Amino acid sequence: MKVGVVVFPGSNCDADCYRAVESFGVDVRYIWYQDHSLGECDLVVLPGGFSYGDYLRAGAIARFAPIMDEVAVFARAGGLVLGICNGFQVLLECGLLPGAMLPNAVLRFRCESVHLRVESTLSPFTCLCRPGQVLAMPIAHGWGNYYADDATLDELERRGQVVFRYVNEQGVPTSGSNPNGSCRSIAGITNERGNVLGMMPHPERACEAVLGGIDGRWVFASAFEFLSGGVALGRMHLAGDGARH
Amino acid sequence: MGECIWREMGLATEEYGRIVGILGREPNLVELGMFAVMWSEHCSYKNSRAVLGLLPTTGSRVIQGPGENAGVVDIGDGLAVVFKIESHNHPSAVEPYQGAATGVGGIIRDIFTMGARPVALLDALRFGPLSDARSRHLFTQVVAGIAGYGNSIGIPTVGGEVATHESFKESPLVNVMCVGVAPASCIKKAAARGAGNPVMVVGARTGRDGMHGATFASAELSPEAMARRSAVQVGDPFMEKLLLEACLEVYGLGDDVVIGIQDMGAAGLTCSSCEMASRGEVGMDIDVAKVPRREEGMNPYEVMLSESQERMLVAVKAGSEPEVERVFRKWGLEATVVGHVTDDGVLRIRDGDAVVAEVPAKALTDMAPCYMREACEPGYFRREKERDLSGVPEPEDYSDALMRVLASPRIASKEWVYSQYDHQVGTNTVVLPGRGTSVVRVPGTNKGLALTCDANSLYCYLDPWAGAAHAVAEAARNLAAAGAEPVGITDCLNFGSPEKPEVFWQFKQAVEGMAEACRVLDIPVTGGNVSFYNESSKEGAAAVAVYPTPVVGMVGLIEDLSQVTTPGFKREGDVVAVLGHTRDEIGASEYLATVHGIDGGPVPGVDLRAERCVIEITLAIIRAGLLSSCHDLSEGGLGAALSEACVLGGIGARVRFPGMMRADRYLFSESGGRMLVSFHPSVTSEVQGMARRHGVPVTVLGEVGGARLVIDVNDDASGRGEAHPGCGMVDVPVSELTRVYRGAIRWALEQ
Repeated sequence: MKVGVVVFPGSNCDADCYRAVESFGVDVRYIWYQDHSLGECDLVVLPGGFSYGDYLRAGAIARFAPIMDEVAVFARAGGLVLGICNGFQVLLECGLLPGAMLPNAVLRFRCESVHLRVESTLSPFTCLCRPGQVLAMPIAHGWGNYYADDATLDELERRGQVVFRYVNEQGVPTSGSNPNGSCRSIAGITNERGNVLGMMPHPERACEAVLGGIDGRWVFASAFEFLSGGVALGRMHLAGDGARH
Repeated sequence: MGECIWREMGLATEEYGRIVGILGREPNLVELGMFAVMWSEHCSYKNSRAVLGLLPTTGSRVIQGPGENAGVVDIGDGLAVVFKIESHNHPSAVEPYQGAATGVGGIIRDIFTMGARPVALLDALRFGPLSDARSRHLFTQVVAGIAGYGNSIGIPTVGGEVATHESFKESPLVNVMCVGVAPASCIKKAAARGAGNPVMVVGARTGRDGMHGATFASAELSPEAMARRSAVQVGDPFMEKLLLEACLEVYGLGDDVVIGIQDMGAAGLTCSSCEMASRGEVGMDIDVAKVPRREEGMNPYEVMLSESQERMLVAVKAGSEPEVERVFRKWGLEATVVGHVTDDGVLRIRDGDAVVAEVPAKALTDMAPCYMREACEPGYFRREKERDLSGVPEPEDYSDALMRVLASPRIASKEWVYSQYDHQVGTNTVVLPGRGTSVVRVPGTNKGLALTCDANSLYCYLDPWAGAAHAVAEAARNLAAAGAEPVGITDCLNFGSPEKPEVFWQFKQAVEGMAEACRVLDIPVTGGNVSFYNESSKEGAAAVAVYPTPVVGMVGLIEDLSQVTTPGFKREGDVVAVLGHTRDEIGASEYLATVHGIDGGPVPGVDLRAERCVIEITLAIIRAGLLSSCHDLSEGGLGAALSEACVLGGIGARVRFPGMMRADRYLFSESGGRMLVSFHPSVTSEVQGMARRHGVPVTVLGEVGGARLVIDVNDDASGRGEAHPGCGMVDVPVSELTRVYRGAIRWALEQ
């Protein structure tokens, strides 16, 4: 099993993701944004940060980086792609995931711990979780207010593409538990096929007890379990090759 | 040359005479501009150098003391911590967002020029009262600027302090501290060596921004100065992130590739070139025509004085230019050879073939004037020292008094501030801001660095010697409370105009107090920053100086992260106790200011031996694994500390005062040398025994538990008598303490 962490100019969670993956004993390496090949890879991580300074709009310039063509081909072929924070924004900008990000409703950057409810365990990234399980993870973003029109949101819900929702400690979504004003408290979504996940919270920051929590390990562990074939493929809704793009 | 020219540049007539004496001729305009910035207070420390010599700067762990871009201290296992604090007060007063942002950018460069990867930022901020709309604007924008830069570059902002006072209304203080870690054997210096070695400008292009910023920062803020926005630089954190990664990669090319490196901050190319030449006892030949520009038509004067951000000057080993260029190009940056090291000690600036400036490098640095200004004790000093506070009445409602102290910006949670900073990027933040003294893991080890910055401006105004000594002691207690041994200090000395005898007296007294505290506590000062002229004049009124504010940035070492201790109460039934002596000292206290409206009185007494004993016993009992929680006592006294311990622990406590003095005095005294601790009842005698051996008294106050903070007073000794029937002097639900503690700053800003 091999994991690649893409490094854009301005990525700043690349090393954190690298170490989180490494802590599972999984083979991991960096992929430079100007490369034209992902090399041998089972999971591609698009890390958080401020790619290209987030100038113009978060993720708007990174989508044109040469490596993103390869990521798109890899994703369409069913390869696992995990976009965290800025990585999620890049996935939205390049159309691998539907919707867009707005500035946080409070109009300020927010760094704090939030609670997430696992809305779907059919995703490769949550296949080890219990449905409804509440995970604690940090967020750190200024543009995390997920937006899509109602038709798209209904479709996402219907197909089980909403994977994480912001909730309170008891697992209930409230206005107080939604840190950025995201539509329907959405914190993470997949594409229709389920192999591409974008999430605003940082699982790589919740992988060590000494740093305050290990709930982020569920995301990585699930992906590795899926890749090693430990989870029956039948549970996945791999809807053929026609993944929406 | 007309007098108005050098005066406009901030030079005194006798200083101009000194320049003519050194050169043996009149300087040309480019040279004069270079002298003006290098001899400004900001670059030359001409008004402070003589006094700063009092600070102890050596110690067994010190690898690099003052004089470089940052201090360096050995933390074992072949690693070193690199740290420095710097002010960006003047720019922040004029343009708060960019002023604060470029302050962050500048201090980060100081750390990675030394070869270290930055791992944490802290900021010490002071503004006018939050009831003032402009102060709220400055506060909001400064925080946004720090967030904008620090979050983008990906260095966690893990701590700091915020205080408000009328004296900072026109002159806010923005001090930023950066901490990095490097292999002890790979520390880089800002000295050029080896005639013939090429000198390169790397990073961003040079524009006309920030012209004469150093001079701007070396005078008081007048209405005219406020219009000098062109003296404020504009930051680009994305560019600096690339520069950071590229520099660290270049260091990795080999120990001998980079000979010397200095960032171009204040005074830009002038400062970096003459300081690198001067430190290396060499000369330097620079062709400004080769410096990459971002605008056309810049003349040599502008290139030499530009303070465009995100640039470095690097002397490299001859022949290694292609390798260095390759790394910078990989990161999308330019690296351009602009000159070379010479052996004649002269800084020679060319514009193509023409020599446009020719000055001995040391004339700009070591030969700058040095003044011992006149010092005069201000009239208020004795008056406040002897002020009688015996007539201060006891509060009618203790719960209310406690809540008011808790809501003061100085004490209240800074959540509104730190939640805007990414404080976890890098995945090394062990104790998050708001949970106690910030602790960052030393990457790749099980060691931790505890970090703090502290000052009490009111103390320092009332008694600068005692105030500065208290700042050192409080910072050391902060670190000890987390289980860390203090290893080094970086100081940021914020004062008014040194040309005023009262201000210079404050400065001298403060440095003397700080020096004494450092000696007794055995903590070296490895560098820092002096910021004078923090004064502002409104038309028709005399300039008002800020309260003297020597901020102490301190780094502590934790050998084993399992020993990290936090201030929140942990466990029902734990014993609550205070280590150290509580004296009747409410002068200069937060209680006196917020409840009684008195900004004055005698500052708590300084007993540095006692401080040392308390720090030693605290570390000993933490290392013995005896404590559940530890909170150092400072502003707001026991009342604030008990409240915070309850809020952070999410659990109540019931305590009873021993009755040795009036209850408000005991509750809010700010006597130094004390810690609020909690521990399991079974280890009580062990804690008491260890404390006794260190000569530190232990006063058991009560126990942890319940959902309320209840403070009983011993009626007999309180003197409350019949007038105040009913015990349970303070009785507040923890939920209410939490609401006020967490909400106060947000409410004040959103009013």
